[in-house]
Amino acid sequence: MGKRVAIVGTGQTFHKSHRPDVNGQELINEAVVRALQDADLKMKDIDAVVIGNMDHFEGINYVDCWSVDGSGGTMKPIIKLTTGGTTGCTVAIGGYHLVASGMFDKVLIIGWEKNSESDTTGAITTAFDPIWDRLVFAGAISGLAAEAQAYMARYGATDRDGARVSVRDRRHAMNNPHAQLRKEVALEEVLASPMLADPIHLLDVCPRTDGACAVIMASGELAEKIAPKPDWIWATAARHSYTYLGDADYGRLTSMREGAQEIWKKTGIKEPRKELDVIELYQPYSFGGLIWIEDMGIVGPGEAPQYIWDGNTDMGGELPINPSGGVISCNPIGATGLIRCAEAAMQVMGKAEGRQVPDVNFAFSTGFGGCWWTDMILHGRKKPK
Amino acid sequence: MADSNHIIIESGDAVQPFTYSIGMHGSKFFTEIRDNRRFMGIRCPKCKKVYIPPRGVCGDCFVEMNDWVEVGPGGVIGTFTILRFAFIDPETGHQKPVPYGYGFIRLDGADTLFQHYISVEDEKKIRIGARVEPVFSMNPKGSIRDIEFFRVID
Ligand SMILES: [Zn+2]
Repeated sequence: MGKRVAIVGTGQTFHKSHRPDVNGQELINEAVVRALQDADLKMKDIDAVVIGNMDHFEGINYVDCWSVDGSGGTMKPIIKLTTGGTTGCTVAIGGYHLVASGMFDKVLIIGWEKNSESDTTGAITTAFDPIWDRLVFAGAISGLAAEAQAYMARYGATDRDGARVSVRDRRHAMNNPHAQLRKEVALEEVLASPMLADPIHLLDVCPRTDGACAVIMASGELAEKIAPKPDWIWATAARHSYTYLGDADYGRLTSMREGAQEIWKKTGIKEPRKELDVIELYQPYSFGGLIWIEDMGIVGPGEAPQYIWDGNTDMGGELPINPSGGVISCNPIGATGLIRCAEAAMQVMGKAEGRQVPDVNFAFSTGFGGCWWTDMILHGRKKPK
Repeated sequence: MADSNHIIIESGDAVQPFTYSIGMHGSKFFTEIRDNRRFMGIRCPKCKKVYIPPRGVCGDCFVEMNDWVEVGPGGVIGTFTILRFAFIDPETGHQKPVPYGYGFIRLDGADTLFQHYISVEDEKKIRIGARVEPVFSMNPKGSIRDIEFFRVID
């Protein structure tokens, strides 16, 4: 077993649909400066940098080199990790591995995106197989719609069940000054919004966003010196499950199921529903908020709609999900997974301000990408043994 | 936030063509479609799963596959959506014509789903489990477009 690792500081931009006032390096810098301030560290204290985005959105391929002015990576060990939508969670897992290895004591982790710089659906399409996937593909939304159709057919869920999740996340976003979209919607408004791809309405899905997030991790005793209440990393998991889009089991997120099972087993969690206090779920569309918490093991197959209608995942409920407003309220794609990680860390550290869930012992954050990839992190208040 | 103080530079029309190798499995698949209108899948010797599109390795078992099996041409809709929002198709540079049916077809005898268009002439007929058949191009060239679309036959 490697060294124990904790998050000691986080920072993020005030995410917007378009930030023409900054270029990519400058956007990254805003998040980095805020994370350093939060941890009360200077750039000279950082031993290594991990950075990631989805490079086809900006069409700039060596962002690790190109961004050093903004990232603080000049003349430091710096690597880029990019795994599609999961990127933000993958960079966190990569940073965790670097610190846990004992090779680096303090690592700066960055995720960012300027989605305003290209056509999002067009750019996403280039991430899929040119021969077999692209003919009918229509960006992330087409696969998600196919998943929702399969889930609804299998379990009898309805578009109202999906809309309820969107209403929740958009209400939660009102508490988060960093969220891009801060406007409550009624269930009927979700259902009346334009149909994009059956059964997904416009208000069921995430926007596109310019934004960056940075997280600082430190090893064992050092973390306890830097932060009065560090956020300890208990376990991580990553799963990629298919080659072509037709290989997946539509209606179930196999990568979530297997990754979550690995984490519960590693950490001795028997009843995630009772033992977790808050989840920041990478949930780019409402129906994912139903399907994926079943695969996570929070409730059984087909049980999520009732669980969510009963208010269990609202603020003040049994297990609040997405106090930040989630991905439906804000989606700078390469940063999105790291924002989930940072928001979970803030919950554990007691720094989530207006969106704080009381007495968080365990928080869970995830990344979702491709379609059907899942990365995940279990965060805890107590230092793991 | 967009305002006259901040300049936006456009890349302009940029073209970067690629020449993709599709390998022996893809080549055989498209040759059979073009010349014989047959769908060829491939079976894993270990887990017996029949893959379409065919490929060299079963990812689950990590073993080589050589056992070709004919699947389809009929099948059922495994899952689907109908795309209704307009977007730029990076394959053509033009707006994709919407609405169109996006089908994940379970061809008879295959264990994975084959992606293609589904005709949306009668949307009410498009449902999971509906039987479909392919409509082939009259001018086949050895590509995924040799199948024009699938249509519901129930
Ligand atoms: Zn196999």
